Amino acid sequence: MKFGQWLQNHPHFLEQTYWLTHRVFTWLDPLIARLGYERMDRWLRGPEEWTKRIVFDCRMCGQCILHSTGMTCSMSCPKNLRNGPCGGVRANGHCEVFPDKPCVWVQAYNRSLEMPRYGDEILLIEPPVNRQLEGSSAWINMLTGQDKVVPKAWDQIEVIPIAEK
Amino acid sequence: MNNEYKSDGRLERVLRSGRFAVTAELNPPDSADPEEVYQAALVLSEVCDAINATDGSGAHCHMSSVAICALLTRAGYAPIFQVSCRDRNRIAIQGDVLGAAAMGVSNVLCLTGDDVTAGDQPQAKRVFDFDSIQLLRTIKIMRDQGMFLSGRKLTTPPRLFLGAASNPFVPPYDWRPYRLAKKIEAGADFIQSQYCFDVPRFRQFMQKVRDLGLHEQAFFLVGVGPLRSEKAAEFMRTKVPGVHIPDAIIERLRKTPKEKKVEEGKRICVEIIQQVREIEGVSGVHVMAYRQEELVAEIISEAGLLPRPRIGGLPAQDSKVRPRRGNRVNGV
Repeated sequence: MKFGQWLQNHPHFLEQTYWLTHRVFTWLDPLIARLGYERMDRWLRGPEEWTKRIVFDCRMCGQCILHSTGMTCSMSCPKNLRNGPCGGVRANGHCEVFPDKPCVWVQAYNRSLEMPRYGDEILLIEPPVNRQLEGSSAWINMLTGQDKVVPKAWDQIEVIPIAEK
Repeated sequence: MNNEYKSDGRLERVLRSGRFAVTAELNPPDSADPEEVYQAALVLSEVCDAINATDGSGAHCHMSSVAICALLTRAGYAPIFQVSCRDRNRIAIQGDVLGAAAMGVSNVLCLTGDDVTAGDQPQAKRVFDFDSIQLLRTIKIMRDQGMFLSGRKLTTPPRLFLGAASNPFVPPYDWRPYRLAKKIEAGADFIQSQYCFDVPRFRQFMQKVRDLGLHEQAFFLVGVGPLRSEKAAEFMRTKVPGVHIPDAIIERLRKTPKEKKVEEGKRICVEIIQQVREIEGVSGVHVMAYRQEELVAEIISEAGLLPRPRIGGLPAQDSKVRPRRGNRVNGV
C-alpha cells in the first residue's frame, strides 16, 4: 500500500496517466470491439483490479470516476460517498469509521487542488452508482458507454455549478 | 427563488415570509406507545415551526422516522421527515417518501447518516446505496418531474420542501461551502446544520457562503443545543460523530459550580443563538437537545424567539393549510 500512497500523492502525474490511458483505450477501441467487449472484459478484469487495487485501493465499482475525485477512490470511503465528505470527519481529518485512516474525501479534495486538468470536476454532481456494473472492467465500460448510463429520470448536470475555486 | 410554494407546510411559509424560523428535534422513543411521541411533541409544538423526526440518529434504533411523522401529522403537527441513506436502498426510500407525503408530511431532510459503528449494533450491514446529494436529487425529480428515478410516472407527485444537512465545523473546511453548493444545486431548499459551538468558525463559513451567493438560494438554519455539563460536552465531542466543541466552552462549564451547570449550558446556547442570528444569511435555528425537551422550550423563550408566528393555524401545525385535493375535486 505504501507505493500506492506515494503515487497518489503525485496527483498531477496520475491525472496525466489517466488522460493517457483514456487516449490509448479510445485508440484501441476498434480492435477491442472486434475482439468483443465481453471477452475483453473477462480478460481485463483481473489486470485492472490488480493494478488499481495497488495504487487506489480500488473496489471495482465498474464506473470509474477517479479523475473527478482527486485521483482518490471514492468507493474506498466506508459510506461509498461519491459527492463529497460526510459530516462525521474527525478534527484531525481522519475517518469517522476508521479513526486511524485519513478521510478519503479530505485527501481527494487536497489532491484535486493539484490537478490542473481534471481538478474542477470534483464539483460535479455524480449520479447514483449502477450496482450492476460491480466487478466488471471500468475500462471496457468506458468504451461501451455503460458507465455513463444514468437512471432514466436522472437529469445530469453538465455545467459545474461554480467555476471559480 | 420563485414565489410558488413547493410544499403545503408552514415551515416553507415562515421562511419565505422572511421570519426567523425555529425547528426542534424530537427524541424518538424506544417504545411502541404513541403517547410518548405526543408527550414530547406537546412541549415542542408551541415553541417551534416544525419538528424533526430523526431516522436512527447515531445509528441507534428507535421508533422509525416515518412512523413518528405519521403520528405527528395525525395530531396536526408539522414534522420534518429525516431520511438517512444508511439503512435503506433507493427502492425503499422512494416508497417511504411517497408514503410520508401521503400522510401529510411537507418537509424532508436528506442525510447521509451516521455509520453503523457509531451505534449499539455495529454488526449491521451498511446500505449507502445513495449518498445524500443523490437522495436530494431523486426526491427533487419525484417532486418536480412527477416520476420515480426509473422514469415511471407518479399519478400525484409529492409536494415537499427539501432539506439538507451541513457541517461547517469539520475538515476539509475550505470544501464545506462547495459541498453546500452541490447540495443546493441538487435540490436543497433549506439547510439544517450540525451543532454550532464555534461561532467564529461559523462566521468564516458564512462569509464564503455569501461570496458564492448560496444564502440567496436556500434557507440556512443553524443547529444549536444545550450542554448539561463538561462531561456531557466531552462525551459529545469524542463519541458523537461530527460534533466540534471548542475548549473554551468546556472550560467555562468546568468552572461553573455543579448546581448551576445546566443553567450555564442553557445560557451558552442562548448566547450562540443571539450571535448567529446577527449573521447575514442565517434564516433560523434548529434546536437539538437529547432527552431534554423542556430545556428546548426555555432556550427558545429566553432567546426571545416567542411567540412563533401563527401562519395557517397553531405553531408547528400544518393541517389547516394542507389542501385536501381529493375533496376539492369532488367539490366537497
